[in-house]
Amino acid sequence: MGSGNGQNGGAKDRNLVVLQLGGGNDYLNTIVPYENGLYYDNRPTIAHDPDKILKINDEIGFRPDLEPIKRLWDEGKVAIIHGIGYPEPNRSHFRSMDIWHTAMPEEIGTEGWLGRVIRDIDPTAENVLTGVNFGRGLPRSMGLKGVPVASVGNLETYGLFPEMEDEYLRKFAIDSFAKMYGGKGKDAVMDFLGQTGASALKGADLLGTATGKYKSSIEYGDNPIGNDLKNAATVMFAGLGTRIFHTSYGSFDTHSGEVFKHDLLWQDTARAVGDFWDDIAEHGMDDDTVIFMFSEFGRRIKDNGSGTDHGSGGVAFLIGNSVKGGMYGEYPSLEEKDQIEGDLAYNNDFRMTYSSILEQWLEIEAAPIVNGRFEQFDLIKS
Amino acid sequence: MSTSEIALMAHLMRRAGFTATRDELETYVAGGYEARVEQLLNPGDPEVIPDDIIRRVHFSLDEGPDGAAAQWMYRMITTKNPLEEKITLFWHSLFATAYSKTNNSRSILNQIEMFRRFSLGSFRDLLVELSKDPAMIFWLDNNDNHNGKVNENYGRELLELFALGIGTYTENDVKDAARAFTGWTLGNVDYMAVKANKDSFSPYGRIAWHFEYRPDDHDDGEKTFMGETGRFNGEDIVDIIARQPAAARFVSTRLFQFFAADQVDEQGEKVIEQMIQSYFDSGYEIRSVLRTLFNSDFFKSEAARFARVKAPVELVIGVIRQAGSYREPNLGIEGVSSFSYYMGQGIMRPPSVEGWHEGEEWIESGALLERVNFVAQELGNTSLPGIKRIIERVGAENGGTLSPIEFVERCLDVMGPIEVEDETKEVLVSHVARRGDIDLRDESVHDESTKRAGELLSLIGSTREFQMA
Repeated sequence: MGSGNGQNGGAKDRNLVVLQLGGGNDYLNTIVPYENGLYYDNRPTIAHDPDKILKINDEIGFRPDLEPIKRLWDEGKVAIIHGIGYPEPNRSHFRSMDIWHTAMPEEIGTEGWLGRVIRDIDPTAENVLTGVNFGRGLPRSMGLKGVPVASVGNLETYGLFPEMEDEYLRKFAIDSFAKMYGGKGKDAVMDFLGQTGASALKGADLLGTATGKYKSSIEYGDNPIGNDLKNAATVMFAGLGTRIFHTSYGSFDTHSGEVFKHDLLWQDTARAVGDFWDDIAEHGMDDDTVIFMFSEFGRRIKDNGSGTDHGSGGVAFLIGNSVKGGMYGEYPSLEEKDQIEGDLAYNNDFRMTYSSILEQWLEIEAAPIVNGRFEQFDLIKS
Repeated sequence: MSTSEIALMAHLMRRAGFTATRDELETYVAGGYEARVEQLLNPGDPEVIPDDIIRRVHFSLDEGPDGAAAQWMYRMITTKNPLEEKITLFWHSLFATAYSKTNNSRSILNQIEMFRRFSLGSFRDLLVELSKDPAMIFWLDNNDNHNGKVNENYGRELLELFALGIGTYTENDVKDAARAFTGWTLGNVDYMAVKANKDSFSPYGRIAWHFEYRPDDHDDGEKTFMGETGRFNGEDIVDIIARQPAAARFVSTRLFQFFAADQVDEQGEKVIEQMIQSYFDSGYEIRSVLRTLFNSDFFKSEAARFARVKAPVELVIGVIRQAGSYREPNLGIEGVSSFSYYMGQGIMRPPSVEGWHEGEEWIESGALLERVNFVAQELGNTSLPGIKRIIERVGAENGGTLSPIEFVERCLDVMGPIEVEDETKEVLVSHVARRGDIDLRDESVHDESTKRAGELLSLIGSTREFQMA
């Protein structure tokens, strides 16, 4: 692996944007095997019209609303990782998400893989904004003791007392907060609280400057994923040293009414990803950034008359100028004999993809982060 | 009624409950400290609402972990017997079972209901129930623990994390304990394992697992456990555990850390010794162990106050109880579980079987922002009944105008009393001083005064000191 050119290990100025499609994205209706009769047999209610598929080759293609991603695919910037998963698939959302977050399928892990990445990049937590989550609550993937992560719901009001409408009063309250947390405490716990409060304020102050600096010709869609990725771009362009960006969208848990719901979800997501890409290209950050998009599992092969239930074997995407566009892994067979309990069989461990991103893109040793050595895909241009 | 009596009662209610309002504190003080301890230790809420009624009126609660957690949190908010819920939360933290693997909130709610029933009784009985609990069996794979094919997961955690603590038993004890629990399984295991793993709760919801003992799958052979030999079954193992000094020390120490102080110092060790004595004197009764703790000089001393970082659930429920919000059936109730989740403690979502890492580990920058913002919003909402009452009391105790320092001191007093460091108080005083004296009873400036009071309450809720219980 590369030793990296950053001071603390890892390639400098390379950003990773992780977009989690929560709820279990339906792989078969995302990258569609439009020439396969079994697809139509199994999907009497929710199959896509083959004429509308954006063809990748004469077997599979993107669902129609992935046009913005197809455009990047045509430019050679998209890696599609087929049949991604892990041994003994778990079809509980929470457990499966934990597995992806901690890179621990066999045991219950507590350290987030992105938390470890952030610690590797910034071991002394010098910058409280090395990792930023766009959304509320700390995702487990970023959770690690001693690693500060800002979770930004609304960037414009991020920080203390967002509910205070009177800006003057809010500033005054924040000022008093800073004073109260600034002094030494009577014991170690009070000191620690003081430091933590001060670092939260520092992060909020820095993030607060980002919105004012942001200028772009891109009009994002007015929906949560559009807002979150716009916020990610805003923070990225502000040059605050953020390297790991995380956000999630969903729920892709389409048990019922899938045709309608899945369409809306992907319309929003694909547009947001396309807009985000154009935005960072406009700001010259497209050579320094890759986007990784995944879901905790795929869905059943057979539809249930309205949607699909939880399955295994999914699809992930890696997007960027530095990404070697193409297909990785194998598109899983729909034959009954190849299925696992009615699901697509996975054929590559997600930790292979994690390891490839870590070593080839971030130039960080992967084994300690993903809890073992895994074969890699050749995903990044050298 | 002296200030020190109020302060002591406030301390008891922060620890053995989820804080109390000033009006409640005065009622309790009138009855006496020890009488209040007895009330707490002998719960029986005449107004208790059955779970199914809570669900029926809160139709926005779904069967995911957030909806189920909020169902329990609603009980914490409304109960007349806060210790019953607090000790149940203790057991949920100690015997941490997560939704993530079980995928079945009904089974976890059943487990919590079981904790509630056995929470203050015999530790031995509680461990027997725990060993039979379907969510626990599935969580720690005891349904895969078979005669001749032992799965040690439950046997090991029972000794290490639930009852004895590491270093007090041998590897052979683990193995033979696990053998004794073979055949303790789920009745509908094949069907439920598949169903739990594959389906989501929509559209028909889940059914709960049930416990089944299968003599044909039980290893009836001779076992040696903690120096005793016999053809032990699971209950025999629990009997042996319950009479170990290590068990008494383990559970007393954990109770001490949860109810008294994050760190155990020399003084604390002495209290734990007394708790251990009560454990054996009472036949392993948790109620007696807690009685000893709450009535100890150490617990009642000033040094024990504000010595624990509030867990997120304590913080959220405490503030809601003080503000008087979320009492009525409310479409936003599921948000209550999100608040504590954003702060790092999702009920039913402990990160692992080890439960949450408590104390200082609750404090990280993102979680602190969530804590402060939640508290500030709730305490600053002057339309809430509890906040109105605080302001009314702050204003009632003087003849008219309050100087900034009087205003701050009265608010700190009525809200707790809360002790803050001098530097903190100076900031609070200078914060309100910029707009001079305040008169909370002058009708002509009522709106403005109320606003200022809400602002100050928010700021008090934002202090470092307020993070401590």
